[in-house]
Amino acid sequence: MDLNTIWFILIGVLFAGYAILDGFDLGVGALHLFVKEDFERRTFLNSIGPVWDGNEVWLITGGGALFAAFPEVYATVFSGFYMALFLLLAVLVFRAIAIEFRSKRESPRWRGSWDIAFSISSYVIALLLGIAMGNIIIGVPLNQSHEFVGSFWTLLTPYTLIVGITTVSLFIMHGAIFLVLKTEGNLNQKVRGWVNNTIIFFVICYVTTTMVTLVYVPNMTQHFKEYPILFIIPLLNMLAIANIPREIHHKRYGWAFISSCASIAALLTLFAVGIFPNIVASNPNSEFSLTIYNGASSQKTLSIMLIIAAIGVPFVLAYTAGIYWVFRGKVKVEDLNY
Amino acid sequence: MYEVEMLSRIQFAITAAFHFLYPPMSIGLGVALVIMEGMYLKTKDTFWENLTRFWVKIFGIVFAMGVASGIVMEFQFGTNWATYSRFVGDVFGSALAAEGVFAFFLESGFLAILLFGWNKVKPRTHFISTILVAFGAHFSAVWILVANSWQQTPAGHHIVVREIGGELVARAEIVDFWQVVFNPSTIDRLTHTVFGAWLTGAFLILSISAYYIIKNRHIEEAKSSIKVGLTIVIIASILQLLTGHMSAVGVAKNQPAKLAAIEGHFNSDSPAPMHILGWVDEQKQEVKYGIAIPGLLSWLVHSDASKSVTGLDKFKPEDRPPVNLVFQSFHIMIAIGIIFILLGLIGLYLWISGKLWNAKWFLWILVVSVILPHIANQAGWITAEVGRQPWIVYGLLRTSDAISKNLSLGSVWFSLILFTLIYLLIFVLFLFLLDRKIKQGPLEPTENGIYAKQKSLLQ
Repeated sequence: MDLNTIWFILIGVLFAGYAILDGFDLGVGALHLFVKEDFERRTFLNSIGPVWDGNEVWLITGGGALFAAFPEVYATVFSGFYMALFLLLAVLVFRAIAIEFRSKRESPRWRGSWDIAFSISSYVIALLLGIAMGNIIIGVPLNQSHEFVGSFWTLLTPYTLIVGITTVSLFIMHGAIFLVLKTEGNLNQKVRGWVNNTIIFFVICYVTTTMVTLVYVPNMTQHFKEYPILFIIPLLNMLAIANIPREIHHKRYGWAFISSCASIAALLTLFAVGIFPNIVASNPNSEFSLTIYNGASSQKTLSIMLIIAAIGVPFVLAYTAGIYWVFRGKVKVEDLNY
Repeated sequence: MYEVEMLSRIQFAITAAFHFLYPPMSIGLGVALVIMEGMYLKTKDTFWENLTRFWVKIFGIVFAMGVASGIVMEFQFGTNWATYSRFVGDVFGSALAAEGVFAFFLESGFLAILLFGWNKVKPRTHFISTILVAFGAHFSAVWILVANSWQQTPAGHHIVVREIGGELVARAEIVDFWQVVFNPSTIDRLTHTVFGAWLTGAFLILSISAYYIIKNRHIEEAKSSIKVGLTIVIIASILQLLTGHMSAVGVAKNQPAKLAAIEGHFNSDSPAPMHILGWVDEQKQEVKYGIAIPGLLSWLVHSDASKSVTGLDKFKPEDRPPVNLVFQSFHIMIAIGIIFILLGLIGLYLWISGKLWNAKWFLWILVVSVILPHIANQAGWITAEVGRQPWIVYGLLRTSDAISKNLSLGSVWFSLILFTLIYLLIFVLFLFLLDRKIKQGPLEPTENGIYAKQKSLLQ
């Protein structure tokens, strides 16, 4: 395996880490308005309280790694998706502001407004991330110098919207399971009641996306035809999803959450296998596509960064796991910081 | 295209200026937190724990604002400066990767323990988390300054020309990682920026604490905080003189056009004075209304007041930076640097002679001085970045060639207005949250000197 492929995988891992971690806290945001009591909403907020900031760091690091390993891709995508990206950044910042402001005053109107801001921004972020993925799958118009030649509206097509909604549904399911882990008593019962519905919603979206992709983006399946062993990925994905209600039924919520994480990882693996070795496919004019080779940094840089990652990443994983361990368990009244 | 470039520059300047308010405060506060919590572990006195808890809350606010304002920075290289990104990506890559892996995760991960872990981990573990957060904050400064210093004094790279879509495109590629990291200006600029950050954090502590003493609230906590803050100021302000001098000598050697702009020095054949004040007339190529010490710049650069210093006349007009802006921002920074040293020394004198707590006039000066390090930071940044113009990477890539090629004027206006508003909102939020925390203050001990169990931060 060459360095370019290794970095393709590593960046995939970073974005998968981001999707798994920020996924549940965006999902919590999406579900936020479904509870009405102030205490319930604060429990939701505080379930993600100690970690949401750190979760976003995965996105920052993913973006940084993309700049470093595939600067052509970074430059093309971010200048090309200019409006969409600034919209995403604005909403990300706005959501952070809503979390910080929300509980700092008693007034129900104050809190109610920030609740709406927090929840809507969570939806928009998930939707935009999904739309971005959809565009990567279906390809965007590039010219021979790797520059994007479409507009903001080029990015909004029925297909990309379907992928966007699927992403929203995925994060809602993931967030609901996370909340089962974090809540107690009546609230816990309420959230548990949601889980099956969120799974059904997600599966409907997932099946729709899969069918539409098979019909309209047949080249996503090419590697699966060449290497049938890869069918193990969608299979594992289905098993992981099917396992969630089973674990919930047996009250093994931790395992339910891990299954949900596994299904996100499997979905992103499917995505990565599908697009490989392109990172940004050009549509039309596929010869202008940005691949892991023509979009990459030099071999020297890729190897230096690999050394850096090999030294640093084991530490990151170890202490991130440790920190989640410290904050395991239910949200208690005395933990309400937000 | 010129308008797109100017708007993009303004956008980068505004977002960077707002963002640069917060990280220096968190770096400086981080040092103070390590000292305070270290005192707690050493003395076992819960007074210090309580004090640390208070400043941790302030730190938490600052840090959150830094993250919120920082996300944009990283993506902006790609959005508005795509050509620059394609050119530098290979060299910046390693520094950015190191920043992500070694600094960001460390900071944000252990921040959770620092803020929310008081009752969940042992005091020693908490102290280690505090150290790691402070360390992470410094580490992010290291890597971003490595990248920025490389733009000032590129080293350890070579230029590779590749054919893309029938056109020849050049980019810088790394040859020697350590030469990139320790390029000629890294150490000078890194130490200068970090000590600036220490001052920024320390003056925030001094300002809030002096305010408490004036208002006769939280007296004991405020006194201890002032002692910590003042100690940092005394040390950092003197070190700043040293690193500032090192930076200036480095600039003289590596970026003569910048040095000439700093002093408005046009004539290469004469010894250069150093101005205390002045206004550069760029048309007539002279410094008006100047008060200057003759030969001082020559002496600082060459240790000989009669030697000449390269002037702007050696550079073509299109290769010169804007002179007056660089001149003014540099001299503002120097003036504030001298004020820091004076404040440190006066404070030390008052402290030793036991008059500090009654010297209302000095306490008031400390209250308002919180703004000074921020002005100095921004002024220093303007000197460094505007002084590098017209280059985005000194001598290799012009700013005008670095812009994204497919931006429409409308979309840049959109992002500029949107983000100016958002950054103002972040700033208002910061002041709002800070004000609340200052009003709450540290917890007061009960009569027998024991602190009530820390309650929820919310009323």
